[in-house]
Amino acid sequence: MPLDVVTGNHAAGHALSLAGEANRVGRGTACGIYPITPQTEIVERVAAFPFSRGRVVAVESEHSAMGVTMGASASGARAFTASSSNGLAYMVENIMVAGFYRLPIVMVAVNRTLGPPWNIWADQGDTLMLRDFPWVQLYAADNQQVHDLTLLAFRLAEDPRILLPVLVCMDAFIVSHTQAETELASQAQVDDYLPALNLPHRLDPSHPRALGSMVWPAATVSHRKEIDEAMARVPTVIRECRSAFLEIFGRDPGGAMEIFETDDADAILVASATVATTARGVVERRRARGERVGLVTMRLFRPFPADALRAACSPAGRIGVLDRDYAAGVGGIWAQDVRAAFQGRGDRMIQDYLLGVGGGDVTPDLIERIVDDLMARADGDAPVWADLAETWTTAPAAEVDA
Amino acid sequence: MSTDAALVIPEIPCSEECLLREGNTNCGGCGMSLGLNMLARALADADQTCQLAIPACCGIVAAGAFPTTAYSVPTIATTFAAAAAVASGMVAIRDLNGERHQVVCWAGDGGTYDIGLATLSAAAERNEDILYVCYDNEIYGNTGGQRSSATPPGARTTTTPRGKREAKKDIIAIMAAHRIPYAATVSIAHPDDAHRKFLTAFDTVGTRFLLIHSPCPTGWKSEPADSVNLVRLAVRSGLFPLYEVFDGLRYRINARPDGADPAEYFARQRRFPSDAVDLDTTRRVCREGFERLETLAQAFPG
Ligand SMILES: Cc1ncc(C[n+]2csc(CCOP(=O)(O)OP(=O)(O)O)c2C)c(N)n1
Ligand code: SF4
Repeated sequence: MPLDVVTGNHAAGHALSLAGEANRVGRGTACGIYPITPQTEIVERVAAFPFSRGRVVAVESEHSAMGVTMGASASGARAFTASSSNGLAYMVENIMVAGFYRLPIVMVAVNRTLGPPWNIWADQGDTLMLRDFPWVQLYAADNQQVHDLTLLAFRLAEDPRILLPVLVCMDAFIVSHTQAETELASQAQVDDYLPALNLPHRLDPSHPRALGSMVWPAATVSHRKEIDEAMARVPTVIRECRSAFLEIFGRDPGGAMEIFETDDADAILVASATVATTARGVVERRRARGERVGLVTMRLFRPFPADALRAACSPAGRIGVLDRDYAAGVGGIWAQDVRAAFQGRGDRMIQDYLLGVGGGDVTPDLIERIVDDLMARADGDAPVWADLAETWTTAPAAEVDA
Repeated sequence: MSTDAALVIPEIPCSEECLLREGNTNCGGCGMSLGLNMLARALADADQTCQLAIPACCGIVAAGAFPTTAYSVPTIATTFAAAAAVASGMVAIRDLNGERHQVVCWAGDGGTYDIGLATLSAAAERNEDILYVCYDNEIYGNTGGQRSSATPPGARTTTTPRGKREAKKDIIAIMAAHRIPYAATVSIAHPDDAHRKFLTAFDTVGTRFLLIHSPCPTGWKSEPADSVNLVRLAVRSGLFPLYEVFDGLRYRINARPDGADPAEYFARQRRFPSDAVDLDTTRRVCREGFERLETLAQAFPG
């Protein structure tokens, strides 16, 4: 397969466009688009794509972008969009509804700090804020994963056992604007991977339904319970989508999480996206020194793969969660879910580290300090603001080494 | 109870498969129910079908509770501000699949004049092939009667307890300014005129906007049986002129005010406290408004 050198945004725009085009054998494709840095290049690529059966509607707001996307999806089309940060915040009401309507929409989100004060750099607070809605959330660590997980997202979303929208996330600039070698799919491959969408509950004159009018509490309970059941099926269906992907594209798009050196680990870092990539280097170095440190790279955030995480971390007494986000009054958002996964199931020290918040550099040295802290501390405590110099009173082990 | 001898409820055929079926939750005397039946009659007459996009408003509550629906056509409830955007997506896929049904937004004045205005403006600017119908009851009915920017001056609502001070927004002028192919006011007291306007709208491609003056006995504190008379009085007194605007440029007036005094209109609704409406100003505004329309219709006839 030839390699292209493209940005993460390019990879996402390519995958979205080919997925939309693949549904020319179904009811076509349409999407509403609206720009926001650093995602704009994605929707620009989509707008430039010569769809043979598709329409791209450049609207006046993110709320309407998701509105158009939902109207198209509810009409049985393959539908997608992209956004970021305050754009996602503005879109929130319709994001929620797309999930409640069980519309298999795919949205690529570039993780950017919420503002004001305005800051365009990487921070996952924008998509993590959507955590309680019926959306599957996947976090990519590099351009290839952005591309592959975006395609996988359609297959997952449209599976009749799932029918939930999927969010594919990448870090602002570090991935969105950084060129890297990427295998871009061909239309024929995507046609193979994504068969025509057949949405069972689409607006259909032969079965006139009212989508979303009033319900009583009992029907709402069933609705939420069905969402819960679909969420529970996600890990299994991801596995299937992953093997189908491997067959057609000849490479592994990755699954819900990736475990590295966890088998005998005393201390495990739990991280996602590019922070996890940096953490891996640190873990490799520690291992070379004979230290029993491991890493779990999370790709799936919703549904939260608690069982798999517990299994991956089973030997470790110490877990350090790396959060590039901050939930006011609580701390890291990933850490909350990691803690919940272990709650009442054995005694483990779980410590939350906030790092790279607002897009600050996440250097190997910073993670070295975190590993030192994790191995040395007696107890889990309040979140550690790892970006603040005053947090660290001693030099990091790595510097001493050098 | 009104004792108006001229009370005539128009006969509107309602087959088993009418658009708004039995069991809907609308109040008695609701103008929106009549509006939906007028839409249904026009669809049947034109041999057309429709799909509805309805934002938060009484119009979506009308469907009743899952698993039943009072609407006989595919219907999607949208968020309050999103009807015209969701309809744009529906239109895109309809056209890509060679389907021919009308995509109709059925929205209250809150979803049109207020929260949904930017969405509607954008859809109109793109000239999406949507029939957007605003049933204007001049109030947020669904939430129990708060002001909107369509509420007329003097009207008491739960958020304007002493009567609203601001003027009613001129939504037709706003829509006409988008140069959409067709915008018109509709009164349920003028069913033939309404019927013709629906048919004209069906025959027109692009964004079409119909504004129905829609009595709301619950919010207007009026007698349900008086609904049609009230809106007729609004046309006769010049409070709600009937006219059409083509391409945002050419005007046609459909009914001339006959000099009826708006005072009677106000007196028959308890939403207008007796001291809250400045009658002289209202009479002048009605007169001048109509003169302005006439000037436009003479200079730029439609
Ligand atoms: C974003 C949002 N804000 C507020 C509401 C609450 N709400 C539902 S309907 C409504 C008023 C609707 O008024 P209008 O559009 O005039 O229609 P009517 O109820 O009079 O039929 C409001 C405020 C909502 N559903 N969504
Ligand atoms: S509150 Fe008014 S608009 Fe709503 S259903 Fe009742 S009469 Fe109709």
